[in-house]
Amino acid sequence: MTKVDPRLESTHWQPGPAGLPRALHGIHPDRALSLAEHRDLHGPMALMRADDLIAVTGQAGLHGHGGAGFPTATKLQAVAAGRRSPVVVANGSEGEPASSKDEVLLTRTPHLVLDGLVLAATALRAREAIVAIERTRPHALEAVAVAVAERAAAGDDPIAIRIVPVPGRYVAGEESALVHLINGGDAKPTAVPPRPFERGVGGRPTLIQNVETLAHLALIGRHGPEWFRSIGTTEEPGSALLSFGGAVSRPSVFEVALGTRFESIVAAAGGESEPVSAYLLGGYFGTWVRREDLWGRHLTKNDLAPLGASLGAGVIVALPKAVCGLVETARVMQYLAEETAGQCGPCVHGLASVSDRVNAIARTQTTPKMRDDLDRWSAMIERRGACKLPDGAVRFLRSALVAFADEITEHQHGRCQATHREPLLPIPHAGRDWGWR
Amino acid sequence: MSERLRLDPIRCDAHGVCAELFPEGISLDDWGYPILRAGPIPADLLEHARRAVFACPALALKLVDDR
Ligand SMILES: Cc1cc2nc3c(=O)[nH]c(=O)nc-3n(C[C@H](O)[C@H](O)[C@H](O)COP(=O)(O)O)c2cc1C
Ligand code: SF4
Repeated sequence: MTKVDPRLESTHWQPGPAGLPRALHGIHPDRALSLAEHRDLHGPMALMRADDLIAVTGQAGLHGHGGAGFPTATKLQAVAAGRRSPVVVANGSEGEPASSKDEVLLTRTPHLVLDGLVLAATALRAREAIVAIERTRPHALEAVAVAVAERAAAGDDPIAIRIVPVPGRYVAGEESALVHLINGGDAKPTAVPPRPFERGVGGRPTLIQNVETLAHLALIGRHGPEWFRSIGTTEEPGSALLSFGGAVSRPSVFEVALGTRFESIVAAAGGESEPVSAYLLGGYFGTWVRREDLWGRHLTKNDLAPLGASLGAGVIVALPKAVCGLVETARVMQYLAEETAGQCGPCVHGLASVSDRVNAIARTQTTPKMRDDLDRWSAMIERRGACKLPDGAVRFLRSALVAFADEITEHQHGRCQATHREPLLPIPHAGRDWGWR
Repeated sequence: MSERLRLDPIRCDAHGVCAELFPEGISLDDWGYPILRAGPIPADLLEHARRAVFACPALALKLVDDR
């Protein structure tokens, strides 16, 4: 008979930090917390049985922070229900160019993420625990390698952790692409079903969670669901990391309670540094929203849904009035078109066609027919890829057509009011990792 | 039990035979890739749908149970 780890039997909750930050609690501005520092700050790691972990995660109401906002307990349950012993993957790919919250977690508090990974992996009696990190983020790779070595030396994890470097492509962090990469293939999405939770790494049921989700899971394991729900709203409890960029005084990664008023979030980023016309919410899969439509709203699904927006993976960018939203949209559309995995016709040809038109509009070389093409092609592209790249690109495009409707009319008359010609949104180019493995 | 078509967009190479054989259920987009009509296939058209499935050189079309 195997000995039961005594840590699996304890279910008393340790007191947690009263307010914010939680995941970023006690971090050092320019280096990672060591294992010893981490344990001093957060207390010993929690381990649990699968049933307990699923129940506690469900009571906490934890949702994924990788973009889709899926309930974590449901995923844990699905993987636990598989027959074979599963694999757990911490998704730290962070392919979204405007996002840096995963990198902040991995470089400042890697052990919190690894605690969450080990908690999930031991509860599910996993065969393997993997951390996937983009090769274009060498600091994160380095910090996690050091952290994994520290843990191996300390010897108190019941499972070993493997690091998998991921090529720097937007779609490489999509879950089926990650599975394909780990299984020895290209980091390109595969046709689903089967979904990774049914058949993933090595054919095993595979749990894939964003690294921030695992950090919150590690805290729930220590402090319990009530503590988790003590901030945020009833429907959306807890906190989230934001990568706030653009025209604010302190562009940075910080943690907010879900449901916070939008104005307070802008204030936390130092306030607007110049007049702002719109905000990008949720990154390059996200939505442009006019500033006046966001004011007075809270960071909740209910408040954002009428705008067609959601927090996604936590990216917010303030677009200055002086920068042309159509030019920024064209730059992103071209990037997304180039980031196709080249597998699905509507994605390859559709995104290229759309990108052409948006480029023409941005350069004020436009006709009303071009605007109609965009509507028709958007409908034609949607839901027709193996992965959600085309859908994300279409959501982004449609939001631009609404938010920048006045600007489109101006451009149709050959005029553009923007004065800055410096590009705003980050687009990876220099030293870009073009490979797929 | 009714059936519907499922397309694997990764395998599909825009041969277009499917749309020729089963125009009632399949049209082509601006780039020659098939757009499937949503929902179950009416019984009297199933034979055409089957023919489209067998004719696809890329093996990208499948008939699946409509759940
Ligand atoms: C094109 C594409 C790219 C994605 N890239 C990432 C990524 O870089 N990091 C990530 O955590 N999730 C990414 N996702 C979402 C993952 O597929 C998956 O839903 C997520 O890792 C699950 O974790 P969560 O439930 O904790 O959010 C991407 C999805 C798509 C469609
Ligand atoms: S939709 Fe595009 S990115 Fe996604 S699998 Fe197909 S070709 Fe690749």
